Formats: sequence, structure tokens, C-alpha cells
Amino acid sequence: MEERAEETRPLIRTSGLTKVYNSGDLAVHALRGVDFEARAGEFVVMLGPSGSGKSTFLNIVGGLDRATSGETIFAGRDIATMSDRELTLYRRDHVGFVFQFYNLAPSLTARENVALVTEIAHDPMRPEEALEIVGLGPRMNHFPAQLSGGEQQRVAIARAIAKRPEVLLCDEPTGALDSRTGILVLEALAQVNRDFGATTLVITHNVAIGDIADRVVTFGDGRIVADRRNAVRKQPQEVSW
Amino acid sequence: MSPMRRKLLRDLLRLWPQALAIALVMAAGVATFVLAVGAHASLEQTRSAYYERQRFADVFARVVRAPDSLGPEIAAIPGVAAVETRIAALALLDLPDMIEPASAMMLSLPDHGEALLNVPVLRQGRAPTPGSDREAMVSEPFAAAHGYGLGSTFEAILDGRKRELAIVGIALSPEFVYTVGPGDLMPDDRRFGIVWMSRRALAGAFDLRGAFSEVSVRLRRGASEPAVIDRLDALLEPFGGEGAYGRDDQASHAFLDAELMQLRAMSRILPPIFLLVSALLVNMTLARLVTLEREQIGLLKALGYSGFAIGSHYVEFAGLIALVGVAIGALAGTWLGIGLTTLYGDFFRFPFLLFQKDPQTYLAAAAVTLVAAGVGAARAAAQVAALAPAVAMVPPAPARYKTGLFDRAVALAQLSTTAVMAARSLVRRPLRTAGAVVGAALSVAILVGSLWTFGSVEFMIDVTFNRAERQDATVTFVRERPVAAAREIGRLPGVIAFEPYRAIPVKLRNGTRERRVAIMGVVEGAELSRVLDERLAPIDPPENGLAVSAALARALDLRRGEMVEVELLGGRRHTQVMPVSEVIEGYLGLTANMRLEAANALMGEGALVSGAHILLDPAHDEAFFAAVKDIPAARFVALQRVALQKFRDTLASNIIIMISVYVALAVIIAFGVIYNFARISLSEQGRELASLRVLGFTPAETSGILFVEIGVVTALAQPLGWALGYGFAAMLAQGFESELYRVPLIVGPEVYAWASLVAIGATLVSALVVRRRIDRLDLIAVLKTRE
Repeated sequence: MEERAEETRPLIRTSGLTKVYNSGDLAVHALRGVDFEARAGEFVVMLGPSGSGKSTFLNIVGGLDRATSGETIFAGRDIATMSDRELTLYRRDHVGFVFQFYNLAPSLTARENVALVTEIAHDPMRPEEALEIVGLGPRMNHFPAQLSGGEQQRVAIARAIAKRPEVLLCDEPTGALDSRTGILVLEALAQVNRDFGATTLVITHNVAIGDIADRVVTFGDGRIVADRRNAVRKQPQEVSW
Repeated sequence: MSPMRRKLLRDLLRLWPQALAIALVMAAGVATFVLAVGAHASLEQTRSAYYERQRFADVFARVVRAPDSLGPEIAAIPGVAAVETRIAALALLDLPDMIEPASAMMLSLPDHGEALLNVPVLRQGRAPTPGSDREAMVSEPFAAAHGYGLGSTFEAILDGRKRELAIVGIALSPEFVYTVGPGDLMPDDRRFGIVWMSRRALAGAFDLRGAFSEVSVRLRRGASEPAVIDRLDALLEPFGGEGAYGRDDQASHAFLDAELMQLRAMSRILPPIFLLVSALLVNMTLARLVTLEREQIGLLKALGYSGFAIGSHYVEFAGLIALVGVAIGALAGTWLGIGLTTLYGDFFRFPFLLFQKDPQTYLAAAAVTLVAAGVGAARAAAQVAALAPAVAMVPPAPARYKTGLFDRAVALAQLSTTAVMAARSLVRRPLRTAGAVVGAALSVAILVGSLWTFGSVEFMIDVTFNRAERQDATVTFVRERPVAAAREIGRLPGVIAFEPYRAIPVKLRNGTRERRVAIMGVVEGAELSRVLDERLAPIDPPENGLAVSAALARALDLRRGEMVEVELLGGRRHTQVMPVSEVIEGYLGLTANMRLEAANALMGEGALVSGAHILLDPAHDEAFFAAVKDIPAARFVALQRVALQKFRDTLASNIIIMISVYVALAVIIAFGVIYNFARISLSEQGRELASLRVLGFTPAETSGILFVEIGVVTALAQPLGWALGYGFAAMLAQGFESELYRVPLIVGPEVYAWASLVAIGATLVSALVVRRRIDRLDLIAVLKTRE
């Protein structure tokens, strides 16, 4: 699996990425020149303390935020030069998001939450298919309030993969879950990464999760302070915390 | 300042657009209340002060010729405080500045001392010198309409003789606050004026030396008006008395009464609507605020604040908004009230206008508004009080949706997922959705309830002038003439057709109900002045009995086929009982018709006519006007077409002003309701909407969800608004109805269309304002927070 990642071209590349938030007289440097590359199909876990810049990085790569300077190349194009409209289309067509708090529409059933995305995507799978992949086929007509936290997060994953994204960005996907449920969610992510080859970036506080990735990137004070490649990827059920 | 107060003010500042929208709706309620109540009080007080200062009489009577010696006998009637006799006669005028004939009511002023009753207010110059048959004092509007000043001259035909009169004074009179020429429907100051002259001079001109033709009586406090009228009628009868009447039948007074009644109707219908809407809005907004601040409320409770203290914090929030609304409304209402009172100044002729700024009005408006705000806040306050601190500090359980009937319907309709979101959001909070629908519907209703008047007035004009009174002019004779006199009019140049008529002043009585009217005797197969049945088709008056207008039938509680007592007020005075053979349509005044022959038979004086209706050749009307001035028998010429133009001008300007105010008010409601609804919906779904943006929805697609909600609310509001609006229109029509005129309740499709168009326009604007907030949603913040 490591080999396959080595062979493929880089899908995402950033160089000299900086982000400065100006709040009043105070300038906060969230990113101080990040150079990063991820190949198509790579599974990268991003570690680091709160405020180290990993979420800001993910938001910029996902087209939710703009860098102050530096490049973010996705499939050969710098997304920093995209208009708001192009960024919207970039998110719509290429990026799948999974968040700590799921961000499901409570008024829609699991199937409808996935359908939200499949209705506007280019070449999506059927919502039912996406839900089958994460093991929620039988629960697809339930509303979020009728699902457990882990199930809700798996709906969010189904929603993210239904568009067949090139990039899957996950910000603390297990942060709100207990370890047993968290592992189910990680299994779903690993499976999607394996079966669809989406480049997957996962932010977590949980060092143990690093073991299931191809690579572990550690953030500190707005920079990448460590970038290590796992010799062997563990299966999610092999890790515990 | 206590921290709670500080929080209150900061919340208010933070939520200022919503608070202002609510305050404006409240302001609209306060303004309409202050306007209507203030204008009503102003008009009433101005009128009563005017009457008091100028000693306006209570009872009036006309008589053909009564000796001056009757004066003391009238004064001796129990209950009479003061009596004034005078000479009053209509005269045609020949005015250099106009071709059409004009008329004047010639009134005598006492030669010795001041007038006792109905004292004119001298505005310029002086009263005519006693005995002078050249000097005249004229009414101010008449002088203004012709640009006359002191020293101007004009010619009057007094009892067949033309005389030149010089203006020495200009005055106003409490009897003529609203002046309409006999036979005219609307005031026309160019064609009708009041001319005062010395008693001796008029007595000479009209051959009334030692006699009078009109008497005014002021009653003592507590005196019985009907008793005095009976005694007065008995005294005047031998001298050709035409029946005494009270202020209710005095034209100027009655018209002012009708106006006062309209203002009362307005003050009772409009303000409650605004109060209802503002209570709904306060309720919606506070309910959301309490939900958002749940954790704060729990914290405050945990810190030891009582439920009451926190609950009243939210009531105060509503109270502050109400105070802002009251302040804006009071200012706007005062400003509009002064405007309306000034408008009255153009329409009603008062020497002064008292704009009433009664503190009680403002206090009442403030109190009622605060109560509405309190009612709106009550539910939220109760929720706050009932919240246990431990429960409050935990975020609310996620919205529970369950599969139900609605979802099956949604599945059948195959809606897009975003439409499903919008639909579920509406269905899940039925009360709030209903509140928004009712609020938006009320704005449509106000529009329907005001815009209909245009069409209704046009309908009234069409019926009155195109179907019923189709003549160009009506010539009234000095006194009844043989039919030949009408034929003489018919031979005048420019006359295409003519129809004689006979007017008989009567009292109609049914039990205790009694009305003074003039029965019109009309010719068979009339083509000019026609009688219309209730389906508005022209009919001939019945051979026997009376055709009475629906309004008169109602006033006398009469139905077709019932008998009515007819007391003749002129000539051979006697009373006769007659059947009501037809009930007819008519929007102006109380009317009764019979055949000309039957009218003459009733009077028993032979074949006489009071005047003639005329159809003119427009190419030769100037020749007619010149010729009619030289007909000694004519004393007044009513010009229906000229009157119509005048009527349109006056009414159009009044209606346009009123409608602009109503449209502004309705727009405020529509905007306030939809803006608040959308803001609350956005606040509740902000997180979901931002999540959609993250997932790649464009701003337009994201706003679409909110727009679908607004669209559904607006669509549901239209039919409800139409129905409510029709109800308002009916209430207003009833509130406006007086014995002087009736407004037909005609609400055409264009009224509904316009109402919806305006309301939807206001809705769109508020939707676009909210859309700008969706475009600026913080996409990152929502990912890091739980709801």
C-alpha cells in the first residue's frame, strides 16, 4: 500500500503556506510557511496540540479559508487564485468533509442527508450505496436524533464519499465518540480510502490513530515539525486508546 | 447599572434590526391610534369650540313668510334660550370671471346690534352698513375661489332684479363649515357661496318687510329638541313653515358627523391589527432568544437569580422595544395628525384648528402597546421561569424529527432534499409558521382593506352619474311653477333634452323613526334622472306609493309593502299614509321617489314643477349658461358634470394621501413579519446552512432553503389576507356608512392583485436583506461548535 502511494503523483501540494489572523492590534500567526505534499490515495494523519495550525491548514486545503500567502496546488491548480464561486465548485466536486460534530441536517433522514450532496454532485453514487458502504443501509430512514453518535458520524462519512471525492478531509472525526464507536468510524474511513483511493487527511489529538495511516504529520506552532512514514499500516481494530 | 440591565441594552443593540422592525410595527399601531383619536378629538373640539364661540343654533326652520311679531312667541316656547329670525333666499349670481351660473345663499344680518346666533366670524373688512343694498359680506372660500378682495364687485339676481354688490367684508360661519349648494353633491366654492347683506336691504329685495323666512333657535341645557320642534312647527305652519329640524339634519353639521364617524371607525379597526402583529413578533423573537440563551439562563439561575428576575429581564426586553415603538409612533402620529387636521382645513372651513395633543391619548397608546408587548413576552418569560438550572445548562436535546404522514406526502411529492428541509422546518414549528402566515396575511389585509376604496368610489360615481343622474345640469326654480316653465327652460339654446321634476319636502315616519327628506316626483320613462332598482336597472317609480332608497328603508326600518306616514312640510300641510312599493339603490343621501303626477296629486296644487334636469350640447353650453342667468324663475343651477370633476379631484387627493399612509403601514408589517421570521429561521438553521456551504452549495442554493420557507409562508398568507381584507373592507364600509352617503362594498380582483404585489414586494426586500447575511455566514465557526 505504501508502494502504491509512492508511485502516484502528488495530488495536493502546498508551499510556504502562511495564515495570519488580525484581531485588533494583535496578529496571530496560525501558519508560518507550511510545505506539504500528499499523493493520490495517501492516508495522512495530522497530529499536534490545539492551536498548532492543523485545522487552519485543513480549512485552507478544503477551500473553506484563504491563506495569507503561499500556494495550495490541487491537481495542478492553485486554489488561492480561485474565486468564491470556483471554491464552492471545488468543494462541491472534489472535496469530502467529515467534522467532529457531524454537521448533519436534523430535519433530514440519513438517506436525505446524503442525498443533499448527491443531488448537486457530478457523478455521485446513490445515497443508499454510500450508506451501505458505511454499514448503515438498514438505518437510512432514521433522523439524526434517532441515531447514535457513531452512526451519525458514519452518515457524515457516507455524505462525504457519495460524491466520489478525490480528497477526504476529516477534522477530529472521532473527537466526540467513545473508543469503540471511534474505531467503527476509523474502519469506515480506512475502507473508503482503500476502495476509492481518495486522498485522506485526518486531524486528531489521538496519537494512537497515527498507526493506521501511511504517514503521520505533526504540527507545532504553525509549522510541520515532524513527518514520519509508517512502515506498516495497522488495521483500525488493532489500535486502542 | 446592574449587569442584567447592561445585558439588556447590549442584547437590544445586537439585535437592533429585528428590534427596530418590531418597534416599527408597534409605532404603526401607535401612530394610527394617535392619528385617528387625535384627529377625531381635534375635529370634535374645534367644532364644538367654534359652535360655542359663534353661538351655533340647535334648531332651524324655514318658512315662506312669517311676521316679525312671531319672534317673541317663538322665544316664549319652553326650553328656548335664544331666537334669531332672518331673511334667507337663494339667488343666481352673474360673475364676471365665470361662464357657468353661480348661486348664493343670501342671508340677512340684523341692522341693530350683533347677530345673536350663527354669528359669522369676520376675517377681513366689516359688516355691511345697515340699510345698504349695495354692500355685501361674502364667505371666505367663495371669495378665495374667485380671487375677490375687499372692494370687488359682482352681480346678483335678487328676486328677478339684477344688482351690483360690492364686497365690504369676508367671513366664515359655523353654519357653513361644509358648504354644498342645493342639488349639488360636493362643495364647489366657485359656484356656490354665502352672501350676507343688511336685513332691511334684503327685506326690500325679496319683498319681506316686517317678515322673516328663516328662524334659528338655541335651546336651554336639558331642553327637549323634539318638543321645541313641535311647538315651532305649530307656530310656523300658518305661514308656510317647511318643518323645523335639529342639527342632525343641518347639512354642514351632519357632514362633519359623518367624518367623525369615519375617524372613529379607523381608530377601532387599524390599531388592534398592529398590536396583534407586534405581539406575535415579540413572541416569535423572544422564544428564539430564550432558546439561544438557555445556557446563560441556567447559569444565572445557578448563580442565584430567581426565575422571576430572569423572566422579567425578557419582559423588559420587549418593554424597551415597545417604548421605542411608542416614541416613534407618537411622533409619527402627531405629525400625521397635524397633516390630517390641515387637510381638514382645506375641506372644512374653520377659522381656527385646534390640534388636540391630549396626553391621555398618548398614555393610552403607550399602555396598550406595552400590554401587547407583555402578552407577546409572557410565554417566553414563563418558559424561562420554569427552566430548571441543571436542565438549562445542558444544551437542548437535538430537534426530534419522526417519520409521519407529512413525510409520506413529501415522498410522494418527490421534492428536492433542500425543499424537504424547508418543508420540515415549517411543519416542525407550526405555531411560529402560523404566526408568520397570520402576520403576513394582515399586511395583505390592510392593503385590500384600503385599496378597495378606489374601485368602490369609481363604482359609486359610475352608478350615480352614468346610470342614475345622467343630466348635465339641474335648474331649480325660485318656487314651484307650471309645467310650461320647464318647457321654457327646454327651449333655451344648447338644451338637447329636459325632464321636469317636483321636489316635496316631507317628514317620513314609521313608528318612532322619522326622517326629513325631499320626495322627488319624476316623469315616466325618465332618461336623465333615473331611479335604479337594487340590481341597478332603471325602473319607473311605482304608480302608487313610494320608491325609497335602501338606506332610507333601513333608517326607517321599512320593507317593501309596508306603510309609511308622509307628513307634508310645505303648502297644504297634511299627513298621509302610503305604501313603500319599491326599495331602490342610491349611494348618496336618503332618497324617496314617486311619479310626478302622483306627487302633484299628493300636493293638490295642480301640475307644478320645482325645476328641470337638462342634457346639454357641449358645443353650446356657454349660450345656455348666458341665457339661464336671465331667467327670473331660476334660482340655482346645479352642474352635475362640473360637480363630478370637483368630487373626483377632492376625493382623489384625499384618498391618495390615505392610501399612501396605509400602504406604508402595510409594508412595515410585511417587512417586520418576514424579516423577523427569516432572521429567526436563519438563527435556527444557521449551522445547517453553513454546513451546506461547506459541502459545496452556492450561496444562492443555500438561501434557496430560506426563500422556499418564506415563499410558502407568503403564498399561504395571500388567500388568508384576501379573506381578512374583505372583512376589513366590509367593516370599513359599515363604519363609513352614514345617512349622507354609503360606500358600496366592491372589491375587484385588481384590488387583491395589487395588495399581493405590494406585500410580496416588501417580502422580497426583507428576504434579500437576510440573504446578505447568508452570504457572509462564517463557514469555519460552525464546524467547531456543537449546537
